[in-house]
Parts: sequence; C-alpha cells; structure tokens
Amino acid sequence: MIGSRPRARVPETARKGEIVEIKTLITHRMESGQRPDGKGGKIPRHIINRFTATFDGQPVIDVALEPAISANPYLSFYMRAERTGEFLFTWFDDDGSTYSTTAVMTVK
Amino acid sequence: MFSRRSVLRGAGGLAVCTVAWPSAVLADAGRVADEIAKFTGGAVPVDSPLLTLDLPQIAEDGFVVPMTVSVESPMTEQDHVRRITVISESNPLPGVITARFTPASGRASISTRIRLARSQRLFAVAELSDGRYLSRAVAVTVTVGGCGV
Repeated sequence: MIGSRPRARVPETARKGEIVEIKTLITHRMESGQRPDGKGGKIPRHIINRFTATFDGQPVIDVALEPAISANPYLSFYMRAERTGEFLFTWFDDDGSTYSTTAVMTVK
Repeated sequence: MFSRRSVLRGAGGLAVCTVAWPSAVLADAGRVADEIAKFTGGAVPVDSPLLTLDLPQIAEDGFVVPMTVSVESPMTEQDHVRRITVISESNPLPGVITARFTPASGRASISTRIRLARSQRLFAVAELSDGRYLSRAVAVTVTVGGCGV
C-alpha cells in the first residue's frame, strides 16, 4: 500500500541476558474484505498478512495477521538480548509488496 | 453529548453491521472447535492458567481492542512455546493472529489491537516444545461493534 510507513522501537542498549521489549507499528488500512461496498458486494480484502522480526538473521518472531487486526497494526513482543546486533523487521502486504526497517541494539 | 452527526453515523454503522453479519455466523459454535483442531492437528488442549489472554472486560470501541496473549515459559531450547493462536467466536472470520516464537524470543508474549464485531468469547491456544497444547478463553463485552470486521 502506497504510504505505508513501518516503525520499530527497540532499546539502544541492553544488558546481556536482559529481556527487551520491541514495539512496532505500520500505517495500513487493513481492509478486512468484510465491509459492504454499497453495490451489493464487499470491498476487497487488503491487509498486512505477515510480520517477521530477525536479529542478525536469527528468527525472533513470525506472526500471521488476519483481517481481525485493527488498522495501523501495532505489535509488541520480546527478545532475550545476548549480543550486539541488528534487527530486521519485515511486513508483508496482500498486494505482494514488503516493507522493512532495521534497528541496532548494543549489548553491554 | 450526541450530536446529530454522531447519531447518524451510529445508525449508518448499525445498518452496515446487519448486512455484514449473517446470523449463521453468530450462532456457529462449532467453528471454534474446528479452528482449534486445525491448529493442534486434532489434539485436545488443556485449559491452563499458564496461558493468559488479556483483554478489557468491556471494550467501548470494537474497532480497536487492546489484547495481550502470553504463556509462562522458561523459553529455553528444551522448554519453550512454539506457537500461540487467538480465535474469535463470532467475528465474520474466526482467525485473529498466530505467532511463532523461538527460544530467542525470551518471553512468549505478543500484544496487538484487534477488531471485535460484537460481544463474544476469544480463545487462545499455545503449542509447547514438548508437543502439549494449552488453552484459555475470555469473554469480552463490546459496546460499539467493529462493523464489517
């Protein structure tokens, strides 16, 4: 979807072994495919159907989103900080496009 | 106070909802069992307080209902949560969200915001690394439904 803006918030630093919270948000209308179009049909579904987070290539979480997720999907979850590295967050759109953003976390 | 505009918008929403929810959907209790079986491969989950499904008891706006689902787990290689799913009893579609975790997740928990078409129960099911399944159900009262969810 044009204009979808992915955002992620992670702690800049963490202690080794600390469980850190990650918050993500993307602007997207999450059209459910259930709303009437006023002409006897339904407005076609158009959602973010999947979200993944990896840390230096290792999977942290992989989420399947359904039309029941609110517009501008917000997700928060956790990771155990073991070393300094880079997060890659990726959102998958029904229309085939993907959006991604990265964030570095330093472990002391 | 109710302005003329908000009342009209409310009435319009109501009409939309009536169209969008065939009564068959509202009464179909078997679909939750079907969805759980699809997730577990037929295994029957054990109701467990280790699994928590947090939602407001009363949701004023069915379009945006905060939800957190978590499982108490050490999240080690030997003992962790593989997947958690959430199923709706009476939205137009039963699926809500499914998350796949790894030991690197540190904590088996995810928070999001969901749409609820009407007052209903929600069911969470978790798959553990030893192959067991846990479940939990909560009831939510929705004041204004997320029409055409």
